[in-house]
Amino acid sequence: MALSSVLPAEQYNYGIVRKFTIMAMVWAVIGMSVGVYIASELAWPFLNFDIPALTFGRLRPVHTTLVIFGFGGSALFATSYYIVQRTCQARLAFPWLAEFTFWGWSGGVALGALTYVLGITQGREYAEFEWPLDIAITLVWVSYIVVYVETIRRRSQPHIYVANWFFMAFLLAVALLHIFNNLAIPVSLTKSYSLFAGVQDAMTQWWYGHNAVGFFLTAAFLGMMYYFVPKQAGRPVYSYRLSIIHFWALIFLYMWAGGHHLHWTALPDWVSTLSAAFSVLLLMPSWGGMINGIMTLSGAWDKLRSDPIMLFLITSLSFYGMSTFEGPLMSLKSVNALSHYTDWTIGHVHSGALGWVALVSFGSFYHLIPRLWDTRMYSQPLIYIHFWLATIGIVLYITSMWVAGIGQGLMLRSFDDYGNLAYTFIETVEFMHTPYIWRALGGAFFVAGVLVMVYNMYMTIQSTRREQAAIEAKLAAKLAKA
Amino acid sequence: MRHEQIETNSALMLVLILLVISVGGLVEIVPLFYINETIEKVDGVRPYTPLEIRGRDIYVREGCYLCHSQQIRPFRDEWLRYGHYSLAAESQYDHPFQWGSKRTGPDLARLGGKYSNHWHVQHLVAPRSVVPQSIMPNYPWLLDNDLDYTDVDGRMRALRVTGVPYSVTQAEYDANVQKYGQAIADQLDITKAQDSLLKQAREKDFDGFPGRITEMEALVAYLQVLGTMVDFTQYNEGYFVEFR
Repeated sequence: MALSSVLPAEQYNYGIVRKFTIMAMVWAVIGMSVGVYIASELAWPFLNFDIPALTFGRLRPVHTTLVIFGFGGSALFATSYYIVQRTCQARLAFPWLAEFTFWGWSGGVALGALTYVLGITQGREYAEFEWPLDIAITLVWVSYIVVYVETIRRRSQPHIYVANWFFMAFLLAVALLHIFNNLAIPVSLTKSYSLFAGVQDAMTQWWYGHNAVGFFLTAAFLGMMYYFVPKQAGRPVYSYRLSIIHFWALIFLYMWAGGHHLHWTALPDWVSTLSAAFSVLLLMPSWGGMINGIMTLSGAWDKLRSDPIMLFLITSLSFYGMSTFEGPLMSLKSVNALSHYTDWTIGHVHSGALGWVALVSFGSFYHLIPRLWDTRMYSQPLIYIHFWLATIGIVLYITSMWVAGIGQGLMLRSFDDYGNLAYTFIETVEFMHTPYIWRALGGAFFVAGVLVMVYNMYMTIQSTRREQAAIEAKLAAKLAKA
Repeated sequence: MRHEQIETNSALMLVLILLVISVGGLVEIVPLFYINETIEKVDGVRPYTPLEIRGRDIYVREGCYLCHSQQIRPFRDEWLRYGHYSLAAESQYDHPFQWGSKRTGPDLARLGGKYSNHWHVQHLVAPRSVVPQSIMPNYPWLLDNDLDYTDVDGRMRALRVTGVPYSVTQAEYDANVQKYGQAIADQLDITKAQDSLLKQAREKDFDGFPGRITEMEALVAYLQVLGTMVDFTQYNEGYFVEFR
C-alpha cells in the first residue's frame, strides 16, 4: 500500500502540535511560578514590595490566566490538533488558520497577563481580559472551531471518535460562555463596564466560571484522556456505551451547576437550589468518565509498575474522581455555608487543576513528545522523579488548604458561652499563616517537577537534533567519497 | 435514533451539542431578568456619585475582590461580624458585581461608616500599622497618584447605556430629583459630573489632603458608602424573606 509507507510526521501536520506543546510548558513554568509567588505573599506579605505590579490583587489573575488559558489552553490545542488528525486520518485543515490560532492564542494570553499587572481588568474572575482582547480571543476561537470541524469533515473514517465529541462540546460551550459573560459597554480601549449588574451579573459570571471548569478544564481534558489512556495502555476504551451516556449527561448537567457558587447570597433560592441538585447529579457522569478511563487498564494493571506515563494518567483520573466527589459535597448548602469564601475552595480547585488537568497533560505529553520528534524520551527515571515531585506537591497543597479552609470556617462560626463571637477575623488570618507556608511549599514541589520535565523534554529534542546532524554528516561523507 | 447516526454526522452532532448545553443557562439566567421578586423593593439604593465611581474603578483595578467579598450571608456569625445580610437591591447598580468568592480578608459589604476616613487612609497605606497581623499589601501609591477624573462623564455615559439612571436630559434629571432628591440628582447629572466630583472631594476631604484629589480620595469615598444606602430600621425582617 502506498499510504502506509508515508511517515506520520509527513502525513500529518505535527509542526503546529510541537509549537503548542512547547508553549504549554513555557506557560506552565511561568504561570505556576507566579502561583508559588502569590502563595508566598499570603504567608509573607512583605513580598508585595509596595510595587503595584507585584501585589497579590494584580498577580492573581496573571496566575490563573497563564495556568488555565496559557498552559491548559495550549495543551488542549496541541493534543486536540494531534488527536483530530490521528483519529480522522486526515491532515489538519487550513494550516495557515491553525498557525493563526497559535500566534493569536499565545499573543492574547501574553497581552492579558501584561494588562493585568498594569491594572487593566474587567474585574470578573477568570474573565479579566478587557474587551479588545475578548474580541481578539473570539476571533482565534472561531478559527479554532473552523479548523477543527473542517478536519473532522475531511475524515476518512465514517465514525467520529469519542475524544472528538468532547472537544466539539468544549469548542461550542466555551464560545457561548465567553461571548455572553463578556458583554460590556466600553469607555475606552482599556476600560469597560459589564452590561449586567448585581444579581444577574453574578449568575452570568458563575455560569461562565463553573463551566470554564466544566468544559475547558473537564470535558476537553476528558477528550485528551479518551485518546491517550487507551493508546498508552494498548487497549480499547472500557465501555463504548458508558462513554455515550456520560458524554451527553456531563455536557447537559454541567451548564446548570454554576449557581452553587452563590449559595446563601442575594441570588434567589430557587436558582441556587436547582444548581445544587444538578451538581449532585453531576457526580454520576463525572465518575462515569473516571471509571471508563481507569477500567481501560483492566487486565493490564502491571503497566502501573513498569510505565511511569501510565502512572501519570491513572493518578490524574484518581484525582479527577476525588475532586468530582468533593465538588458535589461542597455544593450542598449546609457544607457550602462552611466552605464558601474559605481556602477549602482553593484546595478543591487545585486538586482538580494540579491533580487532574496538569497530570493528565503531562502524561499525554510524555506519550506525545517522542512521537512528535520521532525519538525516545531522554530519561525514564526523570519521569518517575517528576511524578513523585508532583504528587507530593499536590498532597501538601490540598491538605494544607483543607486545614486552612475548614479551620477558618469553624473558627468564624464559633461562639463563646455568652453567645458572642469566639474569634475576630484577624485571629483566623493568624491561624492560616502555617498552612499558607505549607501550601507554598507544595506549589514549589510541583514547579520543581515541571522543571524536571522541561529539562527532560529539552534534552530529548536536542538529542534528535544531534542524531539528525550525525546522519547528515555521514551522508555527506559518503557522497564526498563517491 | 441510534447513536451511530449522530457520531457519523458532524453537523448533527454539533447541533445536538448546542441544544443540550443551552438549556441550563436559559432556565436559570433568563428568568432573573423577568421575575420581579428577584430584586427587593427598598428605598435608598442610588447609583454611585462620580467620585464613588472612580473609587470603585480603583477597587476593581487593584483586584480587591480577589480577597474581599461584598456579600453577607444570613447567618448569625455574619450578622454579628458584618451586619444585615446583603440584598440584591444593594448591588443593582454594580457593573460588574463585586460579591467576590474568597475571604482572605473580611467582607466589605457594610464597611461604610465603620471606621474614620483617617483610619482608612492609614490602613491602605500601611495595613500592619493598624492591624499588626494583617497580610494585606501596602497601597502607598494611592496617596501619591492624583486622581484622573477627566473622563468621568464618559464612564457615566457608558454606565447609562447599561441602564444606570444617570441623567443627560432635563426630563431624566427631573425624574432623579423626584426619586432621590435634588442633592443626589445633581450628583447623578452627567453634564455636571466633574464639578460634582470636585465638590464632593472638597467638602468631605476623604484623603486628608485638602489641596489635592488623590486616588485615595476616590477609593475611601467608595468604601465609606458601602452598605449604607438602605435604612434597615424601616423594614421588619419578614419583609425581605418574601423576596427570597
